[in-house]
Amino acid sequence: MDFLNAIILILNYIFVPALTYGSQLALGAIFVTLIYGILRFANFATGDMMAFGTMITILITWYFQSIGISLGVLPTALIAIPFAIIFMIVYMLFIDKFVFRYYRVSKSPPVQLAMVSIGVMFVTQAVVRIIIGPSDRRFFDGEKFIIKAGEFKEMTGLNEGLAIKSSQVLTVFITLVLVSILFWFLNKTKTGKSMRAYSDNEDLALLSGIDPKRVVMITWIIAGILATIGGALYGLDKSFKPFTYFNNMLPIFAAAIVGGIGNPFGAFLGGYVIAFSEIFITYAYKKFFMYILPKSMEPETLVQLLSTDYKFAVSFSILVIVLLYRPNGIFKGKVL
Amino acid sequence: MRKNLNIILAYAIMMGLIILVGIFQSWNVALSIFNMCLISAVMTMGANVQWGYAGLINFGLMGYAALGGLAAVLISVDPVQEAWSAGGFNILMCLWLIIAIVFLIRFILKNFEKTKIRTYVIAGIIIAGIVIIRITSESGIEAIEAVNPATTGFLGGLGLPIVFSWIVGAFFAAGLAFIVGKVALGLRADYLAIATLLISEIVIAIIKHEDWLARGVKNVIGLDRPVPYEVNLQETEWFINLVAKFNSGKLELIFNIADKQAALNQLVIEGSSVFVKLCYSGLFLIVVIALLIVTQKALYSPWGRMMRAIRDNEEAANAMGKNVVKQHLLIFILGSAIVGIAGAMLVTQDGLFTPGSYRPMRYTFLIWVMVIVGGSGNNFGAILGGFAVWFLWIEAAPISLFLINLFTVNLPETHELKVHLTESVPYFRYLMMGMGLLLIMRYRPKGILPEKIEIK
Repeated sequence: MDFLNAIILILNYIFVPALTYGSQLALGAIFVTLIYGILRFANFATGDMMAFGTMITILITWYFQSIGISLGVLPTALIAIPFAIIFMIVYMLFIDKFVFRYYRVSKSPPVQLAMVSIGVMFVTQAVVRIIIGPSDRRFFDGEKFIIKAGEFKEMTGLNEGLAIKSSQVLTVFITLVLVSILFWFLNKTKTGKSMRAYSDNEDLALLSGIDPKRVVMITWIIAGILATIGGALYGLDKSFKPFTYFNNMLPIFAAAIVGGIGNPFGAFLGGYVIAFSEIFITYAYKKFFMYILPKSMEPETLVQLLSTDYKFAVSFSILVIVLLYRPNGIFKGKVL
Repeated sequence: MRKNLNIILAYAIMMGLIILVGIFQSWNVALSIFNMCLISAVMTMGANVQWGYAGLINFGLMGYAALGGLAAVLISVDPVQEAWSAGGFNILMCLWLIIAIVFLIRFILKNFEKTKIRTYVIAGIIIAGIVIIRITSESGIEAIEAVNPATTGFLGGLGLPIVFSWIVGAFFAAGLAFIVGKVALGLRADYLAIATLLISEIVIAIIKHEDWLARGVKNVIGLDRPVPYEVNLQETEWFINLVAKFNSGKLELIFNIADKQAALNQLVIEGSSVFVKLCYSGLFLIVVIALLIVTQKALYSPWGRMMRAIRDNEEAANAMGKNVVKQHLLIFILGSAIVGIAGAMLVTQDGLFTPGSYRPMRYTFLIWVMVIVGGSGNNFGAILGGFAVWFLWIEAAPISLFLINLFTVNLPETHELKVHLTESVPYFRYLMMGMGLLLIMRYRPKGILPEKIEIK
């Protein structure tokens, strides 16, 4: 019985939150990796682009709520997301046309493109804050929990409760569906294959008749979809605050590089690696050991490797170690 | 003279703008903008040494600036005797432990061949070291943080004049840059950018959460000043006489003695804060000019030529027998040290150290905008960028307020759009920075004052 309690404890405080957080990071990381693989620059505007997509989702959600449309137990934001994606794609293509295209055509070095993306970051950040303000916004409605901790305890008769929020299940489910579609698209369809070819060797791809404009456009479209959904899911699960989104850029970068930048599957796994290690290393295991060890051996301290203040620092340290020993990432950064 | 005309013109316009602020807003505001411009100029010089001279991209400026600020605290605050007796020994022991671990790892790296076993042993030593340090330091840290937590709760500093911290801050930053450089400089440009950014975040996390070091997010306030305090100035004889002399024309117009005295008092209060700011400006100007001379000399020296050669074609420079790795490390350390000086200067001016305020937006990306806008590779350009961008950063709010009023002049005061826009005025500065950066990068990619290399 104690053993079961210990497992539920780990599930409740480590596994479920890490899986959710990891999924959110994974979507962002695939976004970074796609841009890096095909457009060949590190996009520092990642976090703010996600904030932009989320902002539009929130505005549309508010509109739907005001005219009385809702999904019942599910959050209204789910019907707002498709509309937000359309706006987001328009925004992405607009930025590409007026900002990035010039440097791509003139074959600027990647560093210059990264600098330009910092300009885009400033502008996007300003637009988001001017339109919706810098404060915390919650836009989750519908049924909050699937299983409540108390109900779970009653049902199973265990000491430890397991709470699962519906936003967590939604996040993991939508991420898995989206990522499977994306991999199917990249590996099986002709357009996806042309994207991979373009990422692998630009000149060769051009020679074999692949239209670079089309590839770039489709990349921005996919990026827009990923950014909006990733951002909206994060906002649904936690809350929307522009500053947090900007900060999330850092673990997202860490996930993309740990997974091998340019490799979407690596980025997907990298998100989970970062999320799990952050939570595993900063969790206090005292209660866990109290369940599995006999009374005489119970620990007195919190049994915590690092305090939770260092959550971000953990993922960055992992990144530094990976960069040192395997600069191509754990899953070998091959192109797409 | 003629070829430097654009430099002189640009600086004249900049000074003119600041003087305009002085006339129309107040000299106090103008001088505080000027001081911050000088500090920003030091930071941009540091970034320019790395990016403009050597093409190294360092997005970790924030971390070095924070270390400079930490130096200001550790140098100027009086030592907290109680805390030292409570846990000082413990902390010193941990420091020795860290040094021992570093030397042990160095020893293993030097004397054993690279194998998987060696890697695992080193990883094991590091993990074991962290666990041991955590266990041994815990009681000491708790004891230190328990000493009068509302005002101290940390070890304190050395109690020296704060100006020394400018040098110590440079050394702190240089030390961090040495470690970061050893670890990350081999990476490709955009990886290096990300790695330095993340490492600086780690540094900030440590400063924020190690309360025994510098009180963490509880902040250290009331640091000593290298210049007189306003309150003391207002009571000194010579300063009052000076103010009276300066404003004699204005004071003579007032005949009533009581009114005259009141007016003089008002002038003295205003004058004292202007005087203090002027003192800071003088100190900062010395640093800026000294650094400018040194960096200009370096730029035109054989060493500067070599750095440009390495920047423009690394392989060719390597083939010519230049040690690219070593030179990169050197210039990374030098640039970071300059940023460290700026960090210490900033804390000196503010008189307080707030780790929570170090954010990449303000201390990394804004500085980069300054370098790019001003002109990388050109010290005068970098300094001008620091001035122009900081000026815009401060004056963006009034400018955008003016523009909003201009465009919404037909709308009633209570119109929703107008109210909303007026409320979000502070964020227009981001918009201006972003647009400025994008426009400069597109239409004048070398900055306002582009790099100009003359062979003398």
